[in-house]
Amino acid sequence: MATQNTISRKSDMSGQEYQWGFVTDIETDLAPRGLNEDIVRLISSKKGEPEWMLEWRLKAYRHWVKLNEAEGEPEWANVKYPKIDYQDIYYYAAPKSVTEAPKSLDDVDPEMLATFEKLGIPLQERAKLAGVAVDAVFDSVSVATTFEKQLGELGIIFCSFSEAVKNHPDLIKKYLGSVVPYTDNFFASLNAAVFSDGSFAYIPPGVRCPMELMTYFRINTADTGQFERTLIVADEGSYVSYLEGCTAPFRKTHQLHAAVVELIALDDSEIKYSTIQNWFPGTPEGEGGIFNFVTKRGRADKNAKISWTQVETGSAITWKYPSVILKGDNSVGEFFSVALTNNYQQADTGTKMIHIGKNTKSTIVAKGISAGHGNNTYRGQVQIMPGAENAVNHTQCDSLLIGDKCGAHTVPYIEVRNPTARLEHEASTSKVSDEQLFYLRARGLSEEEAHHMIITGWSREVFKELPFEFALEANQLLRVSLEGAVG
Amino acid sequence: MPRFLAGALAHSTSHKTLDQTFRPVARKNKMLEIKNLRVSVLDIDDSEILKGINLTVKTGEVHAIMGPNGSGKSTLANVMMGRPDYVINEGDILYDGESIINLLPEKRAHFGMFLAFQYPAEIPGVRPWQFLKAALDAKADSRGEEKMSVRDFSKLFDEKVAAVGIDPQLVKRSLNEGFSGGEKKRNEMLQLEVLKPELAILDETDSGLDVDALRIVAQGVNSMRSPDRSFIIVTHYQRLLNYIKPDVVHILVKGRIVKTGGPELALEVEKDGYKQYASVGASA
Repeated sequence: MATQNTISRKSDMSGQEYQWGFVTDIETDLAPRGLNEDIVRLISSKKGEPEWMLEWRLKAYRHWVKLNEAEGEPEWANVKYPKIDYQDIYYYAAPKSVTEAPKSLDDVDPEMLATFEKLGIPLQERAKLAGVAVDAVFDSVSVATTFEKQLGELGIIFCSFSEAVKNHPDLIKKYLGSVVPYTDNFFASLNAAVFSDGSFAYIPPGVRCPMELMTYFRINTADTGQFERTLIVADEGSYVSYLEGCTAPFRKTHQLHAAVVELIALDDSEIKYSTIQNWFPGTPEGEGGIFNFVTKRGRADKNAKISWTQVETGSAITWKYPSVILKGDNSVGEFFSVALTNNYQQADTGTKMIHIGKNTKSTIVAKGISAGHGNNTYRGQVQIMPGAENAVNHTQCDSLLIGDKCGAHTVPYIEVRNPTARLEHEASTSKVSDEQLFYLRARGLSEEEAHHMIITGWSREVFKELPFEFALEANQLLRVSLEGAVG
Repeated sequence: MPRFLAGALAHSTSHKTLDQTFRPVARKNKMLEIKNLRVSVLDIDDSEILKGINLTVKTGEVHAIMGPNGSGKSTLANVMMGRPDYVINEGDILYDGESIINLLPEKRAHFGMFLAFQYPAEIPGVRPWQFLKAALDAKADSRGEEKMSVRDFSKLFDEKVAAVGIDPQLVKRSLNEGFSGGEKKRNEMLQLEVLKPELAILDETDSGLDVDALRIVAQGVNSMRSPDRSFIIVTHYQRLLNYIKPDVVHILVKGRIVKTGGPELALEVEKDGYKQYASVGASA
């Protein structure tokens, strides 16, 4: 009898809440459903793009068509989902009031500003207080970039991708597709063909960007795909810390998100890229949610450093491998990740560290938390090329299981072609133990608080890499995402 | 015969009722009364460990519960705190006249119970400071009291760390992770001194301690002895009782208290061992 009561209490708590599930009622400019060359041309013309940009898109589109006919989506990932009908998706949705790009925040639809406020995005005054420069992308269109002027004085460019195409074509031509070519993979090709906006940042030589740059992504309209593109170039000897946050409303149908992020760290520079991915994960029963197929890669030149930190709590499916090509001698690549899957979420995520230069060093700390029926796979590749003398890699993969219906998998690929390389791989799997829980509860913490404390403690190695405010948000997010998983 | 899951909810409604009604008032002469308590291990048949325990501890008293290995001492300590791995077959535990056997462990902590663990769990990534602050905050929250400021807490924490003799570098690391046995026990004493419970249960706190550490534990308990606070000291050996003088000593053998007396009883055990009580335990 007592056991029965315990079970019924569990089911009472299983209603997971997604706080960011609201829909904003904004007039939207939609292109017709489906994908063909005309849609690609339409997107390009909507954005007033130059001919070279359109050409690049069309090349990408044609490549994607070939891939789609030949083999379709990549199928090697440990995720299961119904087939995506690429002709049933809207490839362009823009809030109507910004189709005539806003001149300032005053021109932005107040409904949209209210949405960003609900999301806790520091625009306007709040941005100044927080000292964060924000670019917000709403249904693929960049709506506001704060601090552009202040950053401009240092020669830093931080703007929407569309503006960069217009105002800084030389930089875009030089770097676009240089790390993730449009032929890279199925989703990267799709993105290159139809990307509607994103962020661009350029840090001039020797400049240390004085504030964190931030982009907030939001999918609002139903059945739209979001395809944003981010390009960050850190010129020689510069430094930048970049933050990315994502949310989407509660919808019972799946939505596709296929983004591309390219980082270029020139000699002696450093890029720190932090992500909190909280796309709608679907209902506790596994309905709806975002399909998140993202390609992120950076190139580190001589003495340069690229560091990826990600906290992945959202999306029905996450397919994402932020990677570093360690091209220059003495370059450093880092990947710190916490991926959480609850209910019916699936994540196949990890990194690639490709060592080309001498004395290159990479660190991977990947932590996966599985709860409910969640399925979490770490997939990582460490590749040491013949010229990479004295390359060093340390990989640590930890899995934490909550309950007995979830799964954790680790799939490391290691390829060493230089005998001087030193590689270490550590992996662990653990559960939250009854001893730990009772210890914390005997000190006055509720069962849920106790779980949360154990899990955030376990994630600390990754959280400490996040900027302070972001770490607090990640902490909070973990708490909300695990609601219903414990108790 | 009603069977309750220790520390869990017997009825979904009783939880709320208890929460709302159980508010021990701040007055002296609160009592812990254990009445004919029979306890088994959850999900294991014929595993009765406690076979009818009767025990009364008045506020301000220090009781020692002594017994050989496997007598049920630790079970008793854990069941008092509400560990969920046991089933209460019969009997009751009353505090200040009200039954607490359906209270969650955290609720017991809130009204002032404390268990110093024999084997404190290791919690990676959680710093002792953060843990203790959260515990103190949870207690304050449950009582509608204001939380201690970070500054005041830090001061108190540093003070107590020095008092119990923990290496200050150690408490910057993960809770109990990589702590030696002695360091874990000192850390339990640190928590005891910060949380200031009304009823503290020390489960074999003396095991694995050297003489210096033993003295520090004893000093902590002795300095906290007060008319408003009671202690239950569970121990196998008499040596801790050289430093802490108990008011009452109980001998627990095979799940039953077979003898109760004054401090002299501990010396009797020291001299003649537990064997003399074996037959009493079997037949009682």
